[in-house]
Amino acid sequence: MGTDAFEITVNFVKMVLIFLMMVQIVPLLVWVERRGSAYIQNRFGPNRVGPLGLMQLLADAVKFLTKEEFVPGRGYPFIYYAAPVVAMIPATLALNALPLSIPIHVEAFQMMGSSWGPYIFKFQGYDFGIGIVFVLGVSSLAAYALLLAGYGSNNKYSMYGALRASAQTISYELAMGLSIVGVILLFNTFSFSEIITQQAGPLSFGFMGRNVEIGWLPNWGIFYQPLGALILFAALFAEANRLPFDLPEAEGELVAGYHTEYSGFKFNMFFIGEYGHMLVASILMVIFFFGGYTLYPWLTPETVAAWFTGFSPTQASLLTALVLHVVMMTKVVFFLWIFIWVRWTLPRLRYDQLMDLGWRTMLPWALFNTVATAIIVLIARTGGVN
Amino acid sequence: MSQLLPVFALALFVIVFGCVLLAFANLISAKAKPNTVKDESYECGLPSETSGPTKVPIKFYLTAILFILFDIEIIFMYPWALTYGDFISHGHGLYVFLAMAFFLLVFIFGLFWEVKAKALDWE
Repeated sequence: MGTDAFEITVNFVKMVLIFLMMVQIVPLLVWVERRGSAYIQNRFGPNRVGPLGLMQLLADAVKFLTKEEFVPGRGYPFIYYAAPVVAMIPATLALNALPLSIPIHVEAFQMMGSSWGPYIFKFQGYDFGIGIVFVLGVSSLAAYALLLAGYGSNNKYSMYGALRASAQTISYELAMGLSIVGVILLFNTFSFSEIITQQAGPLSFGFMGRNVEIGWLPNWGIFYQPLGALILFAALFAEANRLPFDLPEAEGELVAGYHTEYSGFKFNMFFIGEYGHMLVASILMVIFFFGGYTLYPWLTPETVAAWFTGFSPTQASLLTALVLHVVMMTKVVFFLWIFIWVRWTLPRLRYDQLMDLGWRTMLPWALFNTVATAIIVLIARTGGVN
Repeated sequence: MSQLLPVFALALFVIVFGCVLLAFANLISAKAKPNTVKDESYECGLPSETSGPTKVPIKFYLTAILFILFDIEIIFMYPWALTYGDFISHGHGLYVFLAMAFFLLVFIFGLFWEVKAKALDWE
């Protein structure tokens, strides 16, 4: 985690801050979701408590905390209590592996009588260089929390909800994994930062030994992988159990699915997990297909660093990283809004339609995308420079 | 292993955080007053017809097994995709592509057989 006390402390605080950011974004997203759905359905939504209903979040939190503590009589208390805690882990671990901005360079400095540094702090919890594999592996652990919840409640509806959730998660993971193969073929790396670096600058690629450059477009993955982006986005909806793939909690059939027997803060912790998955999904989309924390041609690491020439190198590095972080988060918020928008626009699928879509439609299309990408990359790069 | 240390530290932190939250909620929330009706499994107000663990359709088990087969095949494609660019620049692109194409034929045949065997049909 680091070589001396300062570095270890900063790295740990960083991880905790990213986790708390994920926890804090939940009430905000719930508010956006309720206001947004009201706006889409021509209703008012929460608008009584505080300005624009913003204090509703606080009221909800207090309500969650003071709910009666309840364990179903037939349930298994340990598993029942473990499930909501486990639900928060996968999204947190995945979120910490994603780069949210450029690394911060800290120059050597004096503190408490001894000299420290220089350091380079990544703008993420940890960086292995194999980020894609790690995120895929960790986020698929989410099925365990749902199964634990269903099993621990020992309720028909909970169990069916949990089974549906895990079956759906693993089915769509195939299409998701395959669509990411296309991304790896394109960038030839497992590292998120490397992918973002390769998307910097104008749209340019080598084709049959010639270099094509289109100056007014950024070099984003979406222009190379439109089908892969679509499949990945749809699969991420299913991974996060969001409408139109929210069969696990289809209230018309299963009451509330795997969290039927949950109330109060335990219920809230499932929501932290679910919104955490949404956040991870949005960040993945931004990193793979929309250039991460750069916005060519206005906001790239070079142009932003040029704003802060008057500052000391450490301050300039920190400010640049923060500005690029805001750029990235703006894109992420856009995708979060699409998640909410789709939820209130599309109807829910039937379960056989859902499985058909995953296995018979999206999996073959993802296969086609992989093969097509491989052929095009082979043709374009043979004898080329790229 | 030391590379994974932050991951374990973070997982431990989340577990402790969750447990503290649960304990805190337990402390200040209204105490549960159990009675027979409240302790029953929620089944829309009707008395539960079954007791013991819920029976699970075997279909889900089949889906899980199929998933494992296909997922392993997809995992094999990751190192291939990672090194594909290097092979092309060294002039072995076509060979590596054909090798994976043959592997994919088996994959596609498996998927086709699955559809034919009605393993993917849901009632």
